[in-house]
Amino acid sequence: MQINMILNGKKITDEINPDLLLIDFVRNHGCYSVKRGCETSNCGLCTVFMDGKPVLSCSVLAARADGHVVDTLEGLQEEAAEFGAFIADQGADQCGFCNPGMVMNAIALFREHPCPSDEEIKEYLAGNLCRCSGYEGQLRAIHAFMEYKKQGGTV
Amino acid sequence: MLKVKQYVKAESLEQAYELNQKRANRIIGGMLWMKMSNTRVHTVIDLSGLGLDKIEENEEEFSIGCMATLRQLELHEGLDAFSQGAIRESTRHIVGVQFRNLATVGGSIFGRFGFSDILTCFLAMDTYVELYKGGVISLKEFVNRKKDNDILVRLIVKKTPASHVYLTHRNTKTDFPVLAVALSVNETGGKVVVGARPARALCVPMKEEWSQSISNGSCTQEEAEAIAAELAKQIPTGSNTRAGAAYRSHLAKVLIKRGILKLLEERGQ
Repeated sequence: MQINMILNGKKITDEINPDLLLIDFVRNHGCYSVKRGCETSNCGLCTVFMDGKPVLSCSVLAARADGHVVDTLEGLQEEAAEFGAFIADQGADQCGFCNPGMVMNAIALFREHPCPSDEEIKEYLAGNLCRCSGYEGQLRAIHAFMEYKKQGGTV
Repeated sequence: MLKVKQYVKAESLEQAYELNQKRANRIIGGMLWMKMSNTRVHTVIDLSGLGLDKIEENEEEFSIGCMATLRQLELHEGLDAFSQGAIRESTRHIVGVQFRNLATVGGSIFGRFGFSDILTCFLAMDTYVELYKGGVISLKEFVNRKKDNDILVRLIVKKTPASHVYLTHRNTKTDFPVLAVALSVNETGGKVVVGARPARALCVPMKEEWSQSISNGSCTQEEAEAIAAELAKQIPTGSNTRAGAAYRSHLAKVLIKRGILKLLEERGQ
């Protein structure tokens, strides 16, 4: 079947199998930041935006993204690099495997809540699992990033 | 692994219904649970192009389209105010925001899953389902019906005035609940619904004097404990990898009591 979508700002038309998952579609188009993790819709590694909302690309058919706008970390380089620097400063990435999914969801969090409380941060990022960090470094990085934004940092 | 031969984005409910009559075909909601199965499906039927993803509100009821996501439920201000936060509480622990942006109300309710927070919460309210061929029936009746190939079009939540509370116990955040409890009380009656028993949620009505004493705030802590113990006795529980039946029965008593106390607290008792 044929689908059309806007992937990272670029219009794409492709022939796909009906059971192709969105994660495989975007990886086939060079978006290697999107990783396969738990395969049980729990870990958040495969987070992409569909029409601006974070979704698990391992759990949605590429066919359903037909006619929609899909963004991966590759399409959000500027926002991701700015926030990612704070993650690195706090040593919060460690092995780094969960990082792209976590950064994607953190960007979604900041878009929805520019100044989130700790409770809001923890609730929003609950679907992003990290086996290394214990999440403290990530929380420190988010606090530092929010402070930077308060001081006038721009995305 | 889910294998699909054909994908059809339905252009009408009639088309979706016709396709759904074949055993090899399936309607997909969020697809999150179906994806976990090792199944071959001939045709998946996608309802996402039928405008069924809206939550509408009028003076009498909320109408929740089957393709509305759990995240939409969570963020809907009208539902939050009507349920005094119970609906938001029933959604916010489900995996993560990304998951809830995909999982649909229709999928959660039609599956009649034992672990469903959503089913447990809405069973405590004056809720109905609209089936494409079966018409409008109460959610309670729907839950006990044998599964068929009809289509759940929308959920209707009547704005019957009542106080609601929703509580769960989880072994770990974002996991399925070990037990879920929803309470709904007004001057004329009340009910407690217990889900994740681990069987399908069960609704037990309250005695009139109990709902009155909770409603008018005269219920004491000791009475709340006694009511909770009586109600918990009527809830059969079972065992699975998350917890044993005895633990669940104990939890039922504890959560029902906490629920009653929370309702009383909201009345300033």
